[in-house]
Amino acid sequence: MGCGLCEVYCTVQHSKSKDIIKAYNSEYPKPISRVKLEVNKPVSFAIQCRHCQDAPCVTACLSGAMQKDEKTGLVTHNAEKCMGCWTCIMVCPYGAIIMDKEGKVVAKCDLCQGFDEPACVANCPNEALVFREVKP
Amino acid sequence: MAKYVIVGASAAGIGAVEAIREVDQTGSIAIISEEPCPQYSRPMISDFVSGKADFHKMKCRTDEFWKENNVEALTGKKAIALNITEKTVQLESGEKVAYEKMLLATGGKPFVPKMEGSEKDGVFTFTTIADAQRLAAKIDSINAKAAVVIGAGLIGISVTEALMKRGLKVTMVELQEKILSLLLDAKASDLVEGVVKKAGVDIVTGQSVQKILGKPDNEGAVGGVTLTKGDQVSCDLVIVAIGVVPRTELVAGTAVKTNRGIVVDNMMQTNVLDVYASGDVAEAYDFIMNQNRLLPLWPLAVLEGQVAGYNMAGKKTMYMGGTNMSSLKYFGIPIVSIGLTNPKEDPALEVLVQNDAERNVYKKLVLKNNVIVGLTLVNCIERAGVLFYLMKNTINVKKFKKTLLSDDFGLATLPVGLQRKMCVVL
Repeated sequence: MGCGLCEVYCTVQHSKSKDIIKAYNSEYPKPISRVKLEVNKPVSFAIQCRHCQDAPCVTACLSGAMQKDEKTGLVTHNAEKCMGCWTCIMVCPYGAIIMDKEGKVVAKCDLCQGFDEPACVANCPNEALVFREVKP
Repeated sequence: MAKYVIVGASAAGIGAVEAIREVDQTGSIAIISEEPCPQYSRPMISDFVSGKADFHKMKCRTDEFWKENNVEALTGKKAIALNITEKTVQLESGEKVAYEKMLLATGGKPFVPKMEGSEKDGVFTFTTIADAQRLAAKIDSINAKAAVVIGAGLIGISVTEALMKRGLKVTMVELQEKILSLLLDAKASDLVEGVVKKAGVDIVTGQSVQKILGKPDNEGAVGGVTLTKGDQVSCDLVIVAIGVVPRTELVAGTAVKTNRGIVVDNMMQTNVLDVYASGDVAEAYDFIMNQNRLLPLWPLAVLEGQVAGYNMAGKKTMYMGGTNMSSLKYFGIPIVSIGLTNPKEDPALEVLVQNDAERNVYKKLVLKNNVIVGLTLVNCIERAGVLFYLMKNTINVKKFKKTLLSDDFGLATLPVGLQRKMCVVL
């Protein structure tokens, strides 16, 4: 239905305060959503990192910030190492990597590590977003 | 003796090690590198000079990388001769390393044209961490105020930004009429030039440096340059950033076939059995130009290294090819340029352009038979990867051509069939 709550909850989840008002009004650097709602009525869906098996962003990464975690299968991004060269953005077929213009680095979905379920899934009112493991 | 010997431990060498270890966990690997610590990101050397990154941040793999992958890292050692009959590589130290499978990943070296005064103190090239360390130290030791950067390509613009951040007055000198001419068309180049100039950089195009001058009180130290048309620019440093040439010395006099770089097939094999080449030294496949050529770019070097690694370890893998593709972050103006971005007039090509001067946004697509063969995005790059996917998979875009340059272009605007193929929708 394209409500955009996934973006809101992702933003809050990735904020320092975890408080919706502070996240949107006062936090610096401004937290950003790692999920992007794409709408082309009647279709709408939320795009986030697909954690590809052969992830082009990992191969292309110039700094080693983007890594494939062999154990979990996650594609992880270390903002400390990121040089903000945008090479991953150039090669991600889903357009799932977000520019953090203030931080001059990229940001992407981390599947909300440490939580039972990603915030976008947990808060999707129509259960359009589901979280389950699929075999590659 | 090692089963796999790799000469060069930068992008292609690292890619090869990772690929070999995916297939063969036990076969011995030896990697030879002139550099004492090779596993760092060369594209980050400008961040080192600007102060944005220290060496630790630049390491693109962990300190334990070689150990974890059970690689004998012969770092700080130079390979000087390859013997393809004996299947050995000779090191400068006198050692000989025998191989079963060899990967030449020797990379490129900066091209420095003959120029009067190029031996002076204060002239630098800019490709390795050692270059960056020397340059940074020199800026401090002589309290450098001004620099001339020769070449306005990828390296030139990166070092220019770094020097500017260090407070130097920089003049970029470019022989072509436009900066970044290998990546951008005139319009995009002008747009970027405006931004760079606004940041305080002087840009001279259509000229080169004819002569490097000394200082009045010290002839041996850089004091300025004379340009082709006779103008003089005073400076304390000259950085030569014209480009790189493949380091093919190791195969000179051997049967390994070279053109401008080492000639390889789509498995990254040279014409000599068990000898592979990857990265800046190799002429790999360009899927847009439909020919093999030099494409000295980090991400492609990693891919090529991976392909070589898989094949060396016995997993037959084809290189799907790369093309001239770069993303730029410099001067706060994000750019993505892929493939044919500045084609000559050709009735077979269709060009779509969106120019929004107010937002400094420029988008251009070049199509051939309704397939994207070139793309330029300035200041609006977040969907670049989706367009690259269409390009790489030669998707016919006829039915949704109109949407490609629109602001809301993305997966949602692709045809449903394609969305399914990409597993975006079920």
